[in-house]
Amino acid sequence: MRRPSLAIALLAFALVSVACGGDDESLTVYSGRSEELVAPLIDRFETETGIDVSVRYGDSAELAATILEEGEGSPADVFFAQDPASLGSVALSGLFTDLDDATLAQVPAEFSDDAGRWIGVSGRARVIVYDTTTVDPATLPETEDDLATAEWAGRLAVAPTNGSFLAFVAAKILIDGEDATLDWLRTLAEGGAPTYPSNSVIVTAVDSGEVDAGLVNHYYLFRRIAEEGEGVVATNYFMTGGGAGSLVMPAGVGILASSPHREASDRFVEYLLSADAQQYFADETFEYPLAAGVSANPELPSLDSLNPPELSLSDLAGVLDRATDLVAEAGLL
Amino acid sequence: MSEPVGLAPAPAGSETGQPVLAPPRPGVHGAPRWMWVLGFAVVLPALVPIGSLVVRVFGGGDVVIDTILAGRTMALLVRSIVFTLLVTAAAAAIGVTAAWLLVRSDLPGKGTWTVLVSLPLVIPSYVIALALLSFFGGRGLFADVTGFALPSISGGFGAWLTLTLSTYPYVFLVARAAFRNLDPAHEEAARSLGAGAWRAFRTVVLPQLRPAVAAGSLLAALYTLSDFGGVSLMGFDVFTRVIYAQYQGRLDRTPAAVLALVLIALALVIVWGEQRTRGRAAYFGTRPRRLPPLVKLSRRGRAVAYGGLGVLTFAGLALPIGVLSAWLIRGVAGGQTIDMRWGAVAGSLTGSLVAAVLAMAAALPVVVLAVRHPGAASRWLRRAVYVIFSLPHITVALAVVFFAANYLGGLYQSFTLLVLVYAALFLAQAVSAGEAALLQVDPNLEEASRGLGRGSLATLWNITVPLMWKGLLVGGALVFLTTMKELPATLLLRPTGFDTLAVRVWSTTNDLFYARAAAPALVLLLVSAVPMYLLVIRPRRAL
Repeated sequence: MRRPSLAIALLAFALVSVACGGDDESLTVYSGRSEELVAPLIDRFETETGIDVSVRYGDSAELAATILEEGEGSPADVFFAQDPASLGSVALSGLFTDLDDATLAQVPAEFSDDAGRWIGVSGRARVIVYDTTTVDPATLPETEDDLATAEWAGRLAVAPTNGSFLAFVAAKILIDGEDATLDWLRTLAEGGAPTYPSNSVIVTAVDSGEVDAGLVNHYYLFRRIAEEGEGVVATNYFMTGGGAGSLVMPAGVGILASSPHREASDRFVEYLLSADAQQYFADETFEYPLAAGVSANPELPSLDSLNPPELSLSDLAGVLDRATDLVAEAGLL
Repeated sequence: MSEPVGLAPAPAGSETGQPVLAPPRPGVHGAPRWMWVLGFAVVLPALVPIGSLVVRVFGGGDVVIDTILAGRTMALLVRSIVFTLLVTAAAAAIGVTAAWLLVRSDLPGKGTWTVLVSLPLVIPSYVIALALLSFFGGRGLFADVTGFALPSISGGFGAWLTLTLSTYPYVFLVARAAFRNLDPAHEEAARSLGAGAWRAFRTVVLPQLRPAVAAGSLLAALYTLSDFGGVSLMGFDVFTRVIYAQYQGRLDRTPAAVLALVLIALALVIVWGEQRTRGRAAYFGTRPRRLPPLVKLSRRGRAVAYGGLGVLTFAGLALPIGVLSAWLIRGVAGGQTIDMRWGAVAGSLTGSLVAAVLAMAAALPVVVLAVRHPGAASRWLRRAVYVIFSLPHITVALAVVFFAANYLGGLYQSFTLLVLVYAALFLAQAVSAGEAALLQVDPNLEEASRGLGRGSLATLWNITVPLMWKGLLVGGALVFLTTMKELPATLLLRPTGFDTLAVRVWSTTNDLFYARAAAPALVLLLVSAVPMYLLVIRPRRAL
């Protein structure tokens, strides 16, 4: 019968190998954007500036929640997020510092916070992704209102727990009011709209014939094509009617007020707005560049042609809780 | 003659005395005070998240009622209960049947089948779900290969299948060990008194298996309750999804806390149910010298058994590995470079290994108190351990973020804190396996040691621990395997820059980089399979 000496040795090892402390000279970035997409960019920034960046990757909303829980004690210097709602929650809690006017001037004002607490870096458009073998594009509408019909009942997938979808619902509340938004969501729910956990899963589901169409952000399709090659039968449709369905949402960045590394943080933000980084977004992530005069990937319709609704993205976070309430009330959660 | 080895070993020391089916007697000696202190100390980390949820909810006011009544909260709670019951019933049926076939029948190739049938435990539920989704459907793998389109599997059935495949190994492993440790004398006595094979099984064998099956089913049920990845990929709404939705779509974290407390209440009911089912049974006795004669299967019986085991192995093991390999091959053929991140392998291994050892150490006092000193205090101790296992990891992780960032200073985002949280999250598995082992140890041995003048610590160390050591090790192996798969808490609590295989899989599939996801997922399976084989499956020489 053997003694548990192995376990004791391991436990001792565990207690000895106690945490290595943080490095004070490095910039800490909380990134809601995935490592696969932004790590090459951050490597380039490190090489160019000599600043050591440690990145904490995660889901945008979860990282926003983490920053709120951490409060003033947050180890983060910079928050780089997928969507204006996550950025807005941190801004509303007063944890971001104001960005310089010169920085803010580099991006059209409608893609940044009104009070200058975060700035848009790259744009993603809301689209309908549809199965070209089962959906005639001529039947696709100009606004999302025409998707809440008997014709589309049960055929349009949504991701009710996803940050982008909730931001879209928040935008609809700001544009059309709560009652109209609730009606719209109800019609979808009562028609049996299939629900998925994320945009990428919807794109996969549409392309594999599980569902006819879905509401997503535009750039997931291009990843699918890069992965699957020629066989992809799903494609994007941009609604240009100027409703919430035509929303263009920026991924953006803000600097934490508690950060002791303001200068390095500013350089990081500047880098994301540089021609180099903006070109990377156009080429590699198929997003809309928002600064430095870089034009969008030729496979995309131009940003000007999208006709996004006029609303202040800063207000989105303020109605996010209501958006979640309505999605739940309609029965989609 | 093979010797029984498995989840819960029988005591090797007692060569005499009748096997008994009897309630554990509280020892002549009560539990020493230090053991109670230790027991509550190890459960403390589990109480921090629960406590912070309670604090938040009590400050919540109207939100509490609104949240509970909102939308489909109650409907989804009911759905989650029904779903958990259906999965657990299936997992129990499959687990017990497979264990019986692979211990008690004369099916050829039992060793290989045992390995194959256990391995789905190492595959994350979201990987099983992804594999099933890519196989079924009009443009799925099956349709590609055969030209015949299967219906889509997403929805309730797919979610049920995914979770059943993820959880039946819990029941299988526990039941298998229990079958091996059964003394055939009881069954033979029943048969000699005229009972048929089925009646003897139902009235004699099954009751002796009850504690083991209940323990395995408890883990299966609580795992199902806490799962988010598998069910959400199947597009099936359950209660955890509502909780996740709160974190995505709200500044106010009170509703999420309210829902988490509802889940805690549900978990308490399930744990209570398991305690009732298990009753006060304890089975200890001599180590059976022999296995009972194997049951001969008819030719048809064999065909059915092979068919069933084949389907299980195909859906739970071959399909995920096949789909991952297909992604990898397609990616490499398409010119993608797949770089292997050794840092992620190292991160997964150290995190899981340390968590497993911590959980084994922490489980010891809880197990001894729960089994040897039953009472209200030890019951609550045990409940706390199981409740934390049933919570969505995001809930636990955010509660720890709040506590650690504000009160623990340098410990926040440290490896130490991460492994402590892992150990707390999965302590239930170590406790469960440890309990099964200790229930089979005759308390008279410990009493004898005390009677001969040994102290409580010396008795624990020299008698109790060696006798239940294999059970504890199996518990450690289970913790290791689930930590390898863990994602939400890892994302929020890891030291910045700390990488694991599960994080790699998440980060790549999230943006549809399937080829890049395949490599870490396959390594995850491979690395997990090793301890699974060494500790749980490999017979006798193992330890």
